[in-house]
Amino acid sequence: MNITLKLNGKKISRDIEPDMLLIDFVRAEGCLSVKRGCETANCGLCTVFLNEKPVLSCSVLAARANGQSVTTLEGVGREAEEFAEFVADQGAEQCGFCNPGFVMNAVALFRENPDPSVDEIKEYLAGNLCRCSGYEGQLRGILNFLEWKKGGAK
Amino acid sequence: MNNVNRPVRKKDAMQILMGKPVYTDDIAPSNCLVVKVLRSPHANAIIEDINTFVAEKVPGIEAIYTWKDIDQNSRRFTLAGQTYPEPSPYDRLILDRHVRFVGDVVAIVAGEDEKCVDKALKLIKVKYNVLEPVLDFRKSKDGEILVHPEENWESLCPVGADNKRNLCAHDVSGSGDVDAVLADCDIVFERTYHTKANQQAMMETFRTFCTIDTYGRLNVVSSTQIVFHCRRIISNALHIPKSMIRVTKPRIGGGFGAKQSSVSEIYPAFVTWMTKKPSKIVFTREESQIASSPRHEMEITVRLGAMKDGHIRAVDLYTLSNTGAYGEHGPTTVGLSGHKSIPLYGRVEAFRFGYDVVYTNVMSAGAYRGYGATQGLFAMESTVNELASMLKMDPIELREKNIVKEGDIMPAYYGEPNSSCALDRCLKRVKEMIDWDNKYPVRKISETKVRAVGMAMAMQGSGISGVDVGSATLKVNDDGFYTMRIAAADMGTGCDTILAQIAAEVLECSVDDITVLGADTDASPYDSGSYASSTTYVTGKAVEKCAIQLKEQICKLGAKLLGCDVDKAEFDGKCVTDIDSKKSIALGDIATASMAGNDIALEAAQSHTSKTSPPPFMVGAAEIEVDLQTGEVEVVDYAAAVDCGTPINPNLARVQAEGGILQGIGMALTEDITYDDKGRMAQNSFMQYKIPTRVDIGRIRVEFESSYEHNGPFGAKSIGEVVINTPLGAVADAVYNATGLRFRELPITPEKIAMGLLNKDRQ
Repeated sequence: MNITLKLNGKKISRDIEPDMLLIDFVRAEGCLSVKRGCETANCGLCTVFLNEKPVLSCSVLAARANGQSVTTLEGVGREAEEFAEFVADQGAEQCGFCNPGFVMNAVALFRENPDPSVDEIKEYLAGNLCRCSGYEGQLRGILNFLEWKKGGAK
Repeated sequence: MNNVNRPVRKKDAMQILMGKPVYTDDIAPSNCLVVKVLRSPHANAIIEDINTFVAEKVPGIEAIYTWKDIDQNSRRFTLAGQTYPEPSPYDRLILDRHVRFVGDVVAIVAGEDEKCVDKALKLIKVKYNVLEPVLDFRKSKDGEILVHPEENWESLCPVGADNKRNLCAHDVSGSGDVDAVLADCDIVFERTYHTKANQQAMMETFRTFCTIDTYGRLNVVSSTQIVFHCRRIISNALHIPKSMIRVTKPRIGGGFGAKQSSVSEIYPAFVTWMTKKPSKIVFTREESQIASSPRHEMEITVRLGAMKDGHIRAVDLYTLSNTGAYGEHGPTTVGLSGHKSIPLYGRVEAFRFGYDVVYTNVMSAGAYRGYGATQGLFAMESTVNELASMLKMDPIELREKNIVKEGDIMPAYYGEPNSSCALDRCLKRVKEMIDWDNKYPVRKISETKVRAVGMAMAMQGSGISGVDVGSATLKVNDDGFYTMRIAAADMGTGCDTILAQIAAEVLECSVDDITVLGADTDASPYDSGSYASSTTYVTGKAVEKCAIQLKEQICKLGAKLLGCDVDKAEFDGKCVTDIDSKKSIALGDIATASMAGNDIALEAAQSHTSKTSPPPFMVGAAEIEVDLQTGEVEVVDYAAAVDCGTPINPNLARVQAEGGILQGIGMALTEDITYDDKGRMAQNSFMQYKIPTRVDIGRIRVEFESSYEHNGPFGAKSIGEVVINTPLGAVADAVYNATGLRFRELPITPEKIAMGLLNKDRQ
């Protein structure tokens, strides 16, 4: 079947198998930031935006993206990078494999709720697993970023 | 110090945070054959007949291999990444007619895409002669059913292994007359503890791709902690010379020891060697759960002898370890259960440590952060906590009376001296951090909820004494920047960065002036690999030595260019200066001069090994909230103090500690492994195998109480493993303080607590 969609701002049209998952589609298109950590929609590594809302691309058929807009970390750019710097300053990226999904969902959080409480942060990102960091360093990075956004020091 | 003990940003941080394609599957050629394996549905069976005729007809299938393609009498091998001769028995074939656990490999299928391979897997017809399995590790030793009856099973080291007894290893060691000291103690009691085959659950599952290079050699790119061991393992498995194999690792999406075994490499290596075509394998999460290299399940019995005043005088510890179907890391992990738990108690007059490591028909085990010490410390620390409650003594006070001190010789730690130790300060610090005196043992929060605290201590090693080798090479490039080549494996731990920090400290430059290349069996100097908490301490020292040597080379060429004597030349990181004439030449100019008419190499290589393995120490305390109606436990606060010597990079050391603590909490509370009566594992995905999420934990707070280890680089010891060890004992004791229920088996699930409270009420 043929699908037409906007991937990271660029309109593309592709012939795909009807059972192709969105994660395999975007990786085949070179968006290799998107990672698979499980097959059971538990880990959050494969988070992408479908029409600007975070979804697990392992649990969405590529066909569902027909006529829609898909954004991966490759398409977020500076908005993600300025947040990522704060995680890097904690050393909380560690192995890095969960980072793209975590950064995507964090960006979604900040867009939706620019001033979240610690509980709101934890709740929103609960589906983003990380086995390295114990989450503390990620949280410090988030809080420092939010502080900086409010005009605090870097 | 300008570079060491500084929270430098990891060199690869922004690349991996921004999702750049740097992991194995990101860089695999797009024309790779997809490799998958057919796995056994039976725990113990002989393949009577296997028919691939129809499966091979599936369009796109390149090859299907079965036991018939492997000489069943050829020399066996181990997947364990260890220094040769490996203590782990040679008990594997690439494809074995005898399958030994649910998930064991029956056939290898390679095809042009996943779809055709999946289809072919379904069309392979196998007739099994299903045998009765050994599923209970308590019944394995000297049982009727042998997991490895074959004649070509082999044990290379004297570890007490005997395949005709289902024994992977056996030993008894000790010091002093333990029976006599026990007989002289006021209190002697015995307790048995049980831990499961927990999964490392690193986010990147096992994966490897292989190609044939310009010279016809097998190129293996893999998510591995052990490139050099991996080369030997592939050579042993394929029966081809090591000279025909190159192993490299790109970025690794977490390891925690899982990738200290060659879990995935041999399958695409075999396919590419046979077909001469590129191939790759990517394990599913299910495969990573059911057929990989988890922690050894252990049952540990501790007999403790003490006086009424709390003086602990004797420890008699026995470990029964379950290596599963194959023996990877079986003979070695078990040793740490005693050798890295008993030495915490410096006033012990006599100890005995015995163990049996047995084969069973479940998934084989491997290396997981802590490597047996985790299990042993859960047992030891829980026993001491039980002693504290018997004596009605504060557990911290009891520790203070007994702990090992700096300068002590540790008989249970291979007789090594305790050369650097701030364990006493760690105890004091944690006591303050958690506000122990106000919170111990328990406080009522509401009609149904209580809060309680519990604590435990831990130690580990820093590399394997007299065995591990770390190496580095450093060279000067144009403009005076450096290239460092290593074979330690940065698996997220940040070793590329901290080793560059050590080099930069010596060379008086910035970390940014040093590029790091590793790990590559063709290009890197030999290194045992990143495991056994060795990288900072062993490879770090090699880097320090290497940088000192390079500095001498720089001075040599600088002196020649300045026309002065080499012992008059000084290098300050920027220039070489003749201390007499004060004339100087910049490093960049020396580097440029080295590239024309020069015969002094601006390159250095050093290896390092250590006769001792100085232990890092740690104390952790958990504050938990228990819902007495549901049995639910939440760790609301975890306070820990770590003595890792000098933290080379405090940020990275802290995150190592925080991450390790949460893994330990997962092991204590949620991460279970269970099998049904056919040997099938229930926890085959993240739906059932519950690793902690960020809402499952309150706070984790880590502080450093640093000693100074004179044999380590700039006073450093290790950090990577010790950090997983305290939560098990601490959480279990907090649960006891909250509920009065003593749990000696992990994980302590809400069901167990709720049922325990119900039964207590009934009595």
